[in-house]
Amino acid sequence: MIRDVALVAGKDLRLEMRSRVGIGQVVPFALLVLLLFAFALDPERGVLDRVTSGLFWVVVLFCSVLFIQRSFGVEAEDGIIDALRLTGLSAPSIYIGKVAALVVELLALEVVLAVGVAIFYGTTFGGFPLLLTAAVAATLGIAGSGSVYGALSARLRTRDTLLPLLLLPLLAPVLIAATRAFEVGMGREAGQGWSWVALLGIFALVYLSLGALLFRPLMEDA
Amino acid sequence: MTTTTSRAASPVPAAPTGTGSRVTRILGIASLIGVAVLVLYGLRISKEDAQLGETIRILYMHVPTVSAAYLAFVITAVGSVMYLWKRSEFWDLLAASSAEIGVLFFALTILNGMLWGKITWGVFWRWEPRLTTTAVLFLTYLGYLAARAVPTSTRTRGTISAVIGIMAVVNIPIVHKAVDWWRGLHQEKTIFGTVDPDMKGTQLFTAYLGLTVFMLIFAWLLIHRFRVAWLAERANDVGLDAALAERRAEGTADGSANETADGSANETADSSANGPADGSANEPANESADESAGAGLGGAR
Repeated sequence: MIRDVALVAGKDLRLEMRSRVGIGQVVPFALLVLLLFAFALDPERGVLDRVTSGLFWVVVLFCSVLFIQRSFGVEAEDGIIDALRLTGLSAPSIYIGKVAALVVELLALEVVLAVGVAIFYGTTFGGFPLLLTAAVAATLGIAGSGSVYGALSARLRTRDTLLPLLLLPLLAPVLIAATRAFEVGMGREAGQGWSWVALLGIFALVYLSLGALLFRPLMEDA
Repeated sequence: MTTTTSRAASPVPAAPTGTGSRVTRILGIASLIGVAVLVLYGLRISKEDAQLGETIRILYMHVPTVSAAYLAFVITAVGSVMYLWKRSEFWDLLAASSAEIGVLFFALTILNGMLWGKITWGVFWRWEPRLTTTAVLFLTYLGYLAARAVPTSTRTRGTISAVIGIMAVVNIPIVHKAVDWWRGLHQEKTIFGTVDPDMKGTQLFTAYLGLTVFMLIFAWLLIHRFRVAWLAERANDVGLDAALAERRAEGTADGSANETADGSANETADSSANGPADGSANEPANESADESAGAGLGGAR
């Protein structure tokens, strides 16, 4: 099982390394959105720094849509999904492999974004244990639910417009919880930072389990 | 909403032209009478509330619409699980019909919640936890309906929407918790919770009456919506074959055979023009579908 997961994740990451779509397109897009926020919200009045956590996670959500579209777009072409099934890998291992690759890509993006907001918005980060745990838990939740919706919309003709409509409302709790956890972690807001992390963990756990269960019917019929 | 099972109208035998039945007619009449009584109680007989004043009257509609919507999404989830398990058209269409009505009731909930907000807070929208949750879930289920609207094979559509139906319902408690905590620091007067424990007498009666009436309306709409969906699938199955048969009948019979009643025209047209392929291939498929739907909601027909 672990070997199968590593195979699928390795394939996706190798594909990413060679095509450089993530580094060449998604990361620049993320940085571009940081600039757009600065244009939209007055950078002089310190608004950007105050709302960093929220903006950070909004950018992550938007970019996750792109990463997920990319991850399942390559499978949808030329009937690769069927080829994947023919390899004899179990549906849950394929699912977890896809999730693992997405988690790696998203975490890398988050690191770049964190550096970006530190430079452009003058944000100083602190409370690293809480921040890192929250980021990992949120990313697991995004990749876990996103992979199900990615697989599901990949074979529909309108997948590019359908995926954000399906995924973003589902991720509303992740946005709320991750933003709050960051606010608490960076000492801008009093509150129970770890209970937000717990909520993120529950979200991730629920959707990872659901995804592992639902991926087989999706691969067979969708 | 009339029921006639006219057998002569189309080449498909026993295709009902309406979605009504005795059960739905009774439900419909009961719902309409219920609405009239609810209006009477909600707007005239029941007294205004000590805290909420006249706005309590909105609650007699708000609580029932939101309850019916949640019930609808639970039915969608059950239908989705059952579809993945049994793979029967019945569960797929039940889930879809229920989601559609749930979205309608959620829209009503948001609307009457906003009206309540305008009166109570002076603005249509505040990030009140329940209103926010409703908005998020409303969009979630719009996605479900949007996914179903994408043209694809019946099985793909069924599987995809079943997965969304399950993913979405699991999110309901998580969204609730997240939004509650999020707005926890700014607790304000909400449309829920402030009245329920204090209600008594005609207020309590009206509240329960509203709940009952809206459940009746929900059941009524659901049965009709399910039957429309089921008929649409039948029309889809027949689609091209029926159109071809019709055109051929026009061509060969030149009006005379077409006029003879009770289906004989279609049979002759079928057998003379295209052989047995059209009619006989269709009939068993339709009959079996008829039975499977008859086992469920359609059974009331």
